[in-house]
Amino acid sequence: MVVSRKLLFLLGPVAGIVMFIAVVWMATVFVGRNEYKDPYRAPAATADSTPRAEGVAAEKDEAEKKAQEKPYAEAEYRRFPVVGSRVAIWAVAQLHLLFAAFVLAVPIFAFIIEAIGYKTGDPRYDRLAHEFSRLLSVSFSLTATFGAFLTFMLIILYPKFTNYLMSVFSPTFLPYVLLFFAEAFFLYTYYYGWGKFHPLVHLGLGLGLNVVGTGIMMIANSWLTFMMSPSGVSSKGALISLTDAIYNYTWMPINVHRFIANIAFGGSIAAAYAAVKFLQAETDEERAHYDWMGYIGNFVAISAFLPLPFAGYWLAKEIYAYSQTLGLTMMGGAFSWLFIIQAVLIGNLFLAANYYLWLGMGRVEGAQPFQRFVKYLLAAIVLCFMIWATPRSIIATVSEVRAMGGSAHPVLGFLGVMSAKNTAVNILILTTFMSFLLYRRTGKVASVTWAKTGHALQLSIFAAAAFVVIFLGVYGYFVEASVRIGLSVPQVGAVLLAMVSITAIDIFLFRKPRNTGAVRWGRIPAISQYVLIFIAVTFTWLMGLMGYVRSGLRQHWHVYGIIRDNSPDAFTPTLGFATEVVSVTVLAFFLLIGFVFWIASLHDRPDFERGQSL
Amino acid sequence: MNILVVLAVVAAFGLLRFGRVSLLVWAGAWWVGIYVLLRFGFTAPIPASVVSLYMGIVSIAILAYVSSSQERRDEISRPLVRFMTDKRYTAFLAATVVAIPALAAANVYVQMNVPLQPPLFSRTVHPASPSEITVHDKKIDLDAGENPFRHLEASSPTEFRTHVENGRKVYYRNCVFCHGDNLAGNGMFVHGLDPIPTNFTDKGTLPMLRETFLFWRIAKGGPGLPEEGGPWDTAMPAWEKFLKEEEMWEAILFLYDSTGQRPRAKEEAAK
Ligand code: HEC
Ligand code: HEM
Repeated sequence: MVVSRKLLFLLGPVAGIVMFIAVVWMATVFVGRNEYKDPYRAPAATADSTPRAEGVAAEKDEAEKKAQEKPYAEAEYRRFPVVGSRVAIWAVAQLHLLFAAFVLAVPIFAFIIEAIGYKTGDPRYDRLAHEFSRLLSVSFSLTATFGAFLTFMLIILYPKFTNYLMSVFSPTFLPYVLLFFAEAFFLYTYYYGWGKFHPLVHLGLGLGLNVVGTGIMMIANSWLTFMMSPSGVSSKGALISLTDAIYNYTWMPINVHRFIANIAFGGSIAAAYAAVKFLQAETDEERAHYDWMGYIGNFVAISAFLPLPFAGYWLAKEIYAYSQTLGLTMMGGAFSWLFIIQAVLIGNLFLAANYYLWLGMGRVEGAQPFQRFVKYLLAAIVLCFMIWATPRSIIATVSEVRAMGGSAHPVLGFLGVMSAKNTAVNILILTTFMSFLLYRRTGKVASVTWAKTGHALQLSIFAAAAFVVIFLGVYGYFVEASVRIGLSVPQVGAVLLAMVSITAIDIFLFRKPRNTGAVRWGRIPAISQYVLIFIAVTFTWLMGLMGYVRSGLRQHWHVYGIIRDNSPDAFTPTLGFATEVVSVTVLAFFLLIGFVFWIASLHDRPDFERGQSL
Repeated sequence: MNILVVLAVVAAFGLLRFGRVSLLVWAGAWWVGIYVLLRFGFTAPIPASVVSLYMGIVSIAILAYVSSSQERRDEISRPLVRFMTDKRYTAFLAATVVAIPALAAANVYVQMNVPLQPPLFSRTVHPASPSEITVHDKKIDLDAGENPFRHLEASSPTEFRTHVENGRKVYYRNCVFCHGDNLAGNGMFVHGLDPIPTNFTDKGTLPMLRETFLFWRIAKGGPGLPEEGGPWDTAMPAWEKFLKEEEMWEAILFLYDSTGQRPRAKEEAAK
């Protein structure tokens, strides 16, 4: 029974692949039918020599001679069959990036969890961290494989441009390779050395792994950010200063944005893995374990997710500072619709994160009193979500535009701009944080003497932060754009300050809590697990989408404003097409990651014995 | 806001509150209430595309709410289960089964039965400008450039006023037919135009744009728009063919002056 279920599980992807191959084969056959085929002729050698045969032979000689005399010319572009070079390089780069993000994310995740385990002395954390680092070696080699694939594809399809990038960045390649060796060293000692060293030494190895990994990412980021916001080169592209080329406008913001996003990504994949295991689990014990694991993964993911918008706005600001045109293309022009999709995705992520916490309250006995806050939290989320997803350029029919009295709606026009959106995101973050705090309070009561004052203090900090955010948001309408952009800094500051101070109070408040209800891990409805999977898939999709935005923004440039893209693919594809490519790569990623998980699970499998059935 | 609609919705919610209805009714009421507010509650109606975006969010949120705890899941499913299993409701159930496809059909009928309209078009109202344009054989840098008369505002106010006055003349000789007497985008040609001319009194338009952006739009007009801005759809003429460069800059001064707005300042470089 058990075996056949697992077999069924395997059969799914296999059937999928078979069907895919069948479809491709069928398509080839059908297309082939309509193709022109040469009619059958007797082979030339058996036929008598005719004037035509002589002519053909002469033509062949001529062609051969020409071929011999042909000078060597460097190719500027080569074409990838069927889908074209752009889509080919896009998919490979995206897969490489997703795996790279995963390989960077797992050690960060493992390190954090291991450190928590060391601090609390709870062996469950250590086991969880170990279980995850098992994924490292396979995904490390897959990342490297895709990296090599990407490099070859670049050299084959875009030889001239690749050569240019190499010439600008040549001094960075050696350090890159050396860091790669260091990465391999730390990675394998970290994994195989689990439990073999003093915990602090082992944590040190984990730290080394993370530092080296971040270094690798930063070097690679310098290449791709240079393409978007080049500096340190002349207007014709000659290198003037390598430091400037590396430290270009968007390098640091992308480093930070990616670093944080990777943590969230790793956490969400970990949670999705736990969710799948939970759904397959057959005993309560397993369910309890995987429920807990999903919770921890999600906790890490959401904690990293909360500061992401700030990093995103910083990145956007640097893009504006680099070039107003680039910034406008991104936020107001051809790409602005992608940001509506982004807003919908991120809004859904926020909603899902909160929903998971609310569902999680069901694990704890006596959590009902907290349930009544859910509607207010939900109302805040819905309102902010709606504001955030309000498009700046609205799609409307002529009669609708007439009725509105202009292409900008008198009310929606106010919501579509930065002031409103910044405010909405900040409130979303505060609300999610509030859900966390409520979840933390389920099943326990603060027993310190100053509990009442503490709660009141927390509430007033919270209210103050919300007030500051909303006040500045409204104030933003009354000042100039350059001042308005500056307002987002105190907004963010208020939110961060509130989160840090409330957490600090919370830790002291719940030093020795009185427990009123036990946490029953595993007692959570199955929907919650689908929510975890949804979060992971949405997150991955978001990464793909934003990667496309970053790369597509340059439009018909390889290096923005300096090296033109003269290839036939140098156009901006439609939104629908872009999202399709992103979806296909995300699907491919999940198939591959499923494979990685499967390989890692072989470890726990009993050895095969003769006579055993399949 | 349409006060009557808002009041009606609030009153309906008040009634439900006193009626102590079940969660299922509440969920339905919220959905309908918000829909009615969005659809009919605003004096300037919200376009259907945005209403459906909002209602999508509301639907997900309501689903999340009713399933967020054991009690709520029970409360919401109890009447549904009763409805489907209780003998008393068999007739209703049958009616519902018939009603669902019938409603879908009715919806199709209603959707098809509207007067013909040109298709929805996702025109980007403010596409990115090029970084440089050529007007009357002169290159104008749109990223770093400035309105050549703007600095006079501080240094020589009287001279500045004469330029604003020139701008006023340019406007009332050329632009008024479309953009209107009071700059509200309601000139006498408006009824024939799609997209309709920009309403300059809108707080979300002029202050969001830089003067060089406006210069580009005025000089190059509709034909100069990039793909996503829907070139050739708009009637905005390319004024470089009729006006001198100074006249266009002066018209811009007038637009801001007359509406009491300030142009968007240049973002300063971070490094
Ligand atoms: C034939 C009608 C017509 C005339 C005359 C006309 N415009 Fe326009 N204008 C439009 C329309 C329609 C639009 C909106 C569509 C678009 O963005 O192109 C527009 C848009 C604009 C915009 C772009 C605003 C934005 O939000 O990007 C500016 C600036 C502008 N007009 C200035 C002027 C000035 C200055 C004049 C006089 C010199 C003028 N227009 C004369 C029809 C006209
Ligand atoms: C609001 C919350 C945000 C979240 C959750 C978020 C999430 C993400 C994620 C997951 C990635 C992929 C990172 C990677 O590839 O390693 C990403 C990349 C990116 N984000 Fe954001 N982001 C947010 C806000 C923003 C904002 C406001 C902007 C700018 C307007 C922005 C611009 C970008 C860009 C350009 C990339 C591409 C970077 C690259 O892959 O090279 N993000 N974002």
